[in-house]
Amino acid sequence: MNILVLVWSYLKARPLNTLLNTLLLALGIAVIMVLLLFTRQLQDKIQSNARGIDLVVGAKGSPLQIILCNIFHIDFPTGNIPLYEAEKLARNRLVKTAIPLALGDSYEGYRIIGCPKEYPELYQAGLAEGRWYQKDFEVVIGATVARMRGLKMGDHFTSAHGLSQGGHEHEEHHFTVTGILKPGGTVIDNLIFTSIESVWKVHDLPVQPVDTSRQQASNLVPSVAAGDSTKEITSLLIQYRSPMGAVQLPRQINQQTSMQAASPAFETARLFSIMGVGMDVLSAMAAVLIFISALSIFIALYNSLKERRYDLAIMRTLGATRFKIVFTILLEGIFLTVAGALFGLLLGHGVVGVVAASVEEIQKAGISGIVFYSTEWIILAGSLLLGLLCALVPAIQAYRTDISEVLGGN
Amino acid sequence: MIEVSHVSYKYRGGNLMRFPDFSLRKGEQLLLLGQSGSGKTTLLHLIGGLLRGYEGSIKVDGVELRDLRETELDHLRGKKMGFVFQRNHLVQALTVQQNIRLAAWLGGVREDEQHIHHLMDVLQLTEKRKSPVNRISQGQAQRVAIARAVANKPVVILADEPTSALDDVNCNRVIRLLMDIAHEVQAALLIATHDHRLKNVIANSVELK
Repeated sequence: MNILVLVWSYLKARPLNTLLNTLLLALGIAVIMVLLLFTRQLQDKIQSNARGIDLVVGAKGSPLQIILCNIFHIDFPTGNIPLYEAEKLARNRLVKTAIPLALGDSYEGYRIIGCPKEYPELYQAGLAEGRWYQKDFEVVIGATVARMRGLKMGDHFTSAHGLSQGGHEHEEHHFTVTGILKPGGTVIDNLIFTSIESVWKVHDLPVQPVDTSRQQASNLVPSVAAGDSTKEITSLLIQYRSPMGAVQLPRQINQQTSMQAASPAFETARLFSIMGVGMDVLSAMAAVLIFISALSIFIALYNSLKERRYDLAIMRTLGATRFKIVFTILLEGIFLTVAGALFGLLLGHGVVGVVAASVEEIQKAGISGIVFYSTEWIILAGSLLLGLLCALVPAIQAYRTDISEVLGGN
Repeated sequence: MIEVSHVSYKYRGGNLMRFPDFSLRKGEQLLLLGQSGSGKTTLLHLIGGLLRGYEGSIKVDGVELRDLRETELDHLRGKKMGFVFQRNHLVQALTVQQNIRLAAWLGGVREDEQHIHHLMDVLQLTEKRKSPVNRISQGQAQRVAIARAVANKPVVILADEPTSALDDVNCNRVIRLLMDIAHEVQAALLIATHDHRLKNVIANSVELK
């Protein structure tokens, strides 16, 4: 016989009540846990994806769309920008580096990106096998692409226009896999990299090699001549040389060119404030659930104490101290809330895990159910406190019970 | 084991109750007789330390109860006293065996495995030891309550109307059980009752008025 057996026996004697209370709390905690897992991981991913990029310059349109398209690769381009304008901007003294991107095609839902290899290198991408692309129509693929589409070294495929599956197929050009990247937990896992020239050629744009004896080569795409007015790219990713860039460049670009500048930091903050409303509603719901479960646990303990007054008096005659009685009741409350919290945490991880496993978009975003945060300890500690709080009033009542009166009252 | 002298007690807003002096040695038995409202239960609770604030002197096992702190009283009850009540209140959430073992844990005493087995054997509870107490008969419940009272080998057993609700046959059985068990653990047995049938069994008595 010990205190755990006693507490467990009391809980077991009211199975439905115990189940209801545990479940209520578990649901509340699970909602909080799902929110936590999604937002934390999303925030982490967004931050790591936007790292090293100060400004994205694209065609006029929504700045948020420019960011979603060019950094997270989950939206369509706003349009194209002329290569010669991008070249001019890249020479600006406030610009440290400028990486051109040419988008347009995809392979079974995974975007093909024309870019110099500085772009994947922004994310410290390393090759797991093979080599970087050198010739036209050679590609290096991200780890997720290789895994999900079963692509191996030397495989060939054709691209489809657009980002969604089932776009117009560009069947005349075959891409060849020459390298596969190591998984990095960033957006590049979901991308297919090739040269800008390949992207142009897929779309039947003539690409004449630059004659360096007569013309100057482009500073962005060295194989073509600078100032070529027929060439276009989708966007330019910019790193500032100094903080002054942040002050001057966006305004310069938006006012003096046909292009649009978008700041990843600013736009993601805006995105989060939009999503925040939904999160707040869900959090409030979870808080209501937890409050109701706390109330329910309190009522259950309070009622059972009324039935148990005689039990407690008998226990006192058997030599139990007031503290032992109080401790038993507190432990019962704690047991309920901690069990509820543990079950809730498990449920939260489980739900995120199942969603991640069944929805490819979630998987692409790199969200998983088996990530653990220190906040979970706080939730457990909080539930322990909640249990104490719920059991406090019944425990105080038990402490004050006059044994003689209870025993004599038969 | 029990010495009561010049004891009086006053409930808040009630009359002063005076109790006769008596003492009870190891292994002795005594009836505390009186009509309802004569203060039998009050005196029993005073001796058990469940009520405090008496005048006079109550000593159990040589210790003046007034001098003990609340937790010391709890420990004294757990180790030296066993209680039997008219309603054999058992903890419904537990089994027969757990109800008996509860006494050792709550009293802060090491479980005496042999003694507990022996008790269950003597009181014919061995077969039912794993049954929930809400599935046993009245008689069995009474025996569990007695086993629980003596599980820690108390030096005094305080019984409050243990037989009043029973018919003659059962009354006889219960009082014999109590006396046998008290005799076995060498405890002093004090029974508060208005049941005059017990006078035929226990000669010693104190009348409360």
